[in-house]
Amino acid sequence: MAKRAFTIIAALLVAAAVVVPVVAVLWRGGGLGSLSAADWSALRFTVWQAFWSATISVLLAIPVARALARRAFWGRSVLISVMGAPFILPVIVAVLGLLSVFGGKGIINLALEQLNLHQMNIYGPHGVVIAHVFFNLPLAVRLILQGWLAIPSERFQVAASLSASVFWLLEWPMLKRIIPGAFAVIFVICLGSFAVALTLGGGPRATTVELAIYQAFKFDFDLAKAASLAVIQLLLGGVAGLIALFLTQGDFLGAGLDRVVQRWDGSAWVDGLWISCAALFLLLPLGAVVVAGLPGILSLPDSIWPATLRSLAIAITAAVLTIVLALPLATRAGEIASLFGISVSGLVLGTGMFLLLQPFVRPQDIALPVTLLVNVLMSLPFVLRIIRPGIENAQSDFGRLGQALGLEGWALWRIVYLPRLRKPLGFAAGLTAALAMGDLGVITLFSRPGEGTLPLFMYQLMGAYQMKAAYAAALLLVTLSLALFWVFDRAGRTHADI
Amino acid sequence: MLTFEQVVFTQGGFSVGADLTVSENNVTAVIGPSGAGKSTFLHGIAGFVQQTSGRLFCAGADICDLSPGKRPVSMLFQDNNLFPHLTVLQNVTLALTSKLRPKKSIVTEVEHMLSQVGLEGLSARKPAELSGGQQSRVALARALLQNRAILLMDEPFSALGPALKDEMLDLSVSLASNRTVIMVTHNPADAERIADEVIGVAEGRAFSPVPTADFMSNPPETMRDYFRASATTSG
Repeated sequence: MAKRAFTIIAALLVAAAVVVPVVAVLWRGGGLGSLSAADWSALRFTVWQAFWSATISVLLAIPVARALARRAFWGRSVLISVMGAPFILPVIVAVLGLLSVFGGKGIINLALEQLNLHQMNIYGPHGVVIAHVFFNLPLAVRLILQGWLAIPSERFQVAASLSASVFWLLEWPMLKRIIPGAFAVIFVICLGSFAVALTLGGGPRATTVELAIYQAFKFDFDLAKAASLAVIQLLLGGVAGLIALFLTQGDFLGAGLDRVVQRWDGSAWVDGLWISCAALFLLLPLGAVVVAGLPGILSLPDSIWPATLRSLAIAITAAVLTIVLALPLATRAGEIASLFGISVSGLVLGTGMFLLLQPFVRPQDIALPVTLLVNVLMSLPFVLRIIRPGIENAQSDFGRLGQALGLEGWALWRIVYLPRLRKPLGFAAGLTAALAMGDLGVITLFSRPGEGTLPLFMYQLMGAYQMKAAYAAALLLVTLSLALFWVFDRAGRTHADI
Repeated sequence: MLTFEQVVFTQGGFSVGADLTVSENNVTAVIGPSGAGKSTFLHGIAGFVQQTSGRLFCAGADICDLSPGKRPVSMLFQDNNLFPHLTVLQNVTLALTSKLRPKKSIVTEVEHMLSQVGLEGLSARKPAELSGGQQSRVALARALLQNRAILLMDEPFSALGPALKDEMLDLSVSLASNRTVIMVTHNPADAERIADEVIGVAEGRAFSPVPTADFMSNPPETMRDYFRASATTSG
């Protein structure tokens, strides 16, 4: 069948795009003996920060999720939607926001100074963990909230009528099931985090393996060392990714979080406190970016606009390419295959691609295409997770009707599947575009001055201490990212007739 | 006309066997308890369930290897008969072509069929804008327009109220008078209303067609409990 042929071609393309660079990395990698003590401490720190980020995110998420599950309040659904935002927020923008709240001249330190208390330092190991908690706490909240809302309300009624302990009877079994998966997903995400380590980490005590790969390229141009480190990252991510795969089920971008379950236990005040603290923690840095960025918006340097256009082009192309690749791959096997991309991590893939192409072209010439390709591969697993239920539903609802009418091939897709997929496709395209727009990863390895993307431009502004322009650039970046998401998502929703 | 020679349809771990003949131009009801295999039987005729043994003949030709779209069969499913994103006109047009902007001659045919089922003037609406009864009529119009020799119906009007359901049964039978109709139903009253013969299905076995009145007064041994509660408690 023609569909099988497309699936096989797409799967081969994706597999090749991931496996071939990885093989290049493995082949070139100098073996474990070539790693220095600094590199081993990078490995230790990577695991340490991923472990603590995941632990703290999950532990804090439990009371927040429980509070959200059982309290209805004005703005609840908005808050839950906003909790989806850090996932697509450009990392560099969020870091800037965190700096303005927790940094040297940030709000918290100003308050501490007034109270004559010891200042806090956002740079270093705990800064990396704080930033990771900022990104992953909302994800953990949504995952755990889903678990809570899945407990039938009748069971709460039974527990209440028996005056039984709701926690031991209902909540603990659910938490036991959900927490390992949530922990594992966040652990994997933090293992591969680069931009946070780049901006808040560094130095012997706070360097991750990804950051070490970057340093090997930038400062030493030692490809062999970069490759060895990439092998380590590969093993780390691969093992953690497989474990996460076994522990998670369901769609973690979650729908149907609007219900509130009526309960008769718990204190409204305590719940309110948790929700307010979580909301503040998440919204203050974003608000700070908006407030600090507005004044500088009109005096942005001219050279920012080509970078902006480049980023937009990459983002839109990445969205289209990912969707085109994902449609034939939307099967269980395809999804598992695509997960290899995510455990591999952007920098490793980039390293491999540069290694492969280095004899033929200069790295700077291919910085943008490689960035595009890496973004597509990294988004693919998310997109597949999003559209697979849609395709499976379309098949089970209308597959037989289509067959009975003799529809096949392109006609079957055109008439039966694609219209049903508009909503998930729009959401997936929006997600990919926003992630690609805000991506700061492979582009940092090689790019000519004046030929970078908007996040890189912003990072360079930060490095040059042009903070007013940096905040303005951050505001521009976050606005464009969210706008891209909104446009694609909206296109999928209007007149979707589901 | 439709001959089953030791046919077995298998889906998952479940099988239905049939060795019978359905007469041409009859209305045949398929009756049986849940899980007996009625839908499997019907879907097997349509080509959605694998035929693991035997031969299936329609007017002398072996149809076992034909894909669902190529069999001389048109089908009304229990639900999801209409594509929600297409208009009534487009939904019915799919019976004749996959071009959603069809030629004038096709549009005329479609409009004619719509008026036969009593839906004049509604061709631009989407299914969500129609009542349950109207949606059933659209689905019927499409199935009839496909102009196949056999019309299969899988409890197609079960979501309608009793009066509406009877109306739709009568309409279907009158418009399909020159075809062979095979209809799955869990309601014996439906069979008594429109069926000439009844195929009983129980425990994975489909029995030969029997005239309706005879079937109702004397159902097969294995189906007695389905029709009447056992008379152990008298009174």
